[in-house]
Amino acid sequence: MRAAHFLQDARRRFGLHARILLALAVLGAAVPAARAVEPNERLANPALEARARAISVNLRCLVCQNETIDESNAGLAHDLRVFLRQRLLAGDTDSQAVQAIVNRYGDFVLLKPPVMPATYILWFAPFGLALCGVAGLVVWLRRSNAAPDADAALLAKPLNASEQKRLETLLKESDH
Amino acid sequence: MTRRALYMLPVVLFLVLAGYFAYALRPNHDPHELPSAMIDKEAPAFILPGLNGDGISRDGLKGSPVVINFFASWCVPCREEEPMLMRLADREHIPLYGIDYKDHPEDASRLLAEFGNPFRRIGQDVDGSVGLNFGVYGVPETYVIDSAGHIRKRFVGPLTAEQVKNELLPLLKSLGKS
Repeated sequence: MRAAHFLQDARRRFGLHARILLALAVLGAAVPAARAVEPNERLANPALEARARAISVNLRCLVCQNETIDESNAGLAHDLRVFLRQRLLAGDTDSQAVQAIVNRYGDFVLLKPPVMPATYILWFAPFGLALCGVAGLVVWLRRSNAAPDADAALLAKPLNASEQKRLETLLKESDH
Repeated sequence: MTRRALYMLPVVLFLVLAGYFAYALRPNHDPHELPSAMIDKEAPAFILPGLNGDGISRDGLKGSPVVINFFASWCVPCREEEPMLMRLADREHIPLYGIDYKDHPEDASRLLAEFGNPFRRIGQDVDGSVGLNFGVYGVPETYVIDSAGHIRKRFVGPLTAEQVKNELLPLLKSLGKS
């Protein structure tokens, strides 16, 4: 009796929250997880479809600019997905199909920029900078290793006459 | 001496970076605007059925420079661009052709009835395949094609008065507009 009463009370108190949570969970399950490839776009041949998917995760949707055409819901991404599949059906190799899209939309459509003279800085500058840093470090370490030796050589040498005189004046001054 | 040169290094690096940023952020430059991959290449072949008249084809347009504008009734910036296109057609007598991109013919006809038709002829690209072959990634886009059928220039987005004055008209003049 008391337990039933407690349950009823709990339901009254937490019912609203529970229902909201449940609704959110259902909504979350209903929204597909960032997969924009629509069923009617898919190819019947699973091997071709797998190739199309593999290619399209490396192609940029030019409307959204940082999404792949595989993920984007933009109309252009849809057109490119269909175009890509048409090319594969027509017998293109992967690189031919990609080249057909690059010919139309330029290298920017590739999410991974190709290595070519215009992108040498992009690809090699980090290594160049790292090399500069290592070179700088080596020079700096060598100098700081060489410095103690130089100091030691200086200390081993006896003072000459003028140095001795200067030392005496300095010591005399500090006596005051 | 070499040490002093070393102290200048950060200043030099700063100046190089500042120069690069100033270049990348220069005014009237939209970093999202993409250069067309089709510049100086032959325009893709197309034969399109006409909207309220004869259709257009690439080979049919060869022989004199033309301007092709991709538009659609569902595209808001295209409506914004419409007065500029009307002015180009009426005042500058630009050979302007339209390609109605992924659109319903009735909707496009309604748009043109409302705003006026600046185009000599219009082709219907219902499935957008001609747009895809041109590398269109959003309407409106405007292409200048020379008499040999090569793409010479692409404008992305509504044509502005500056673009028309500084780029489009001089280019057409150099191509020998007829």
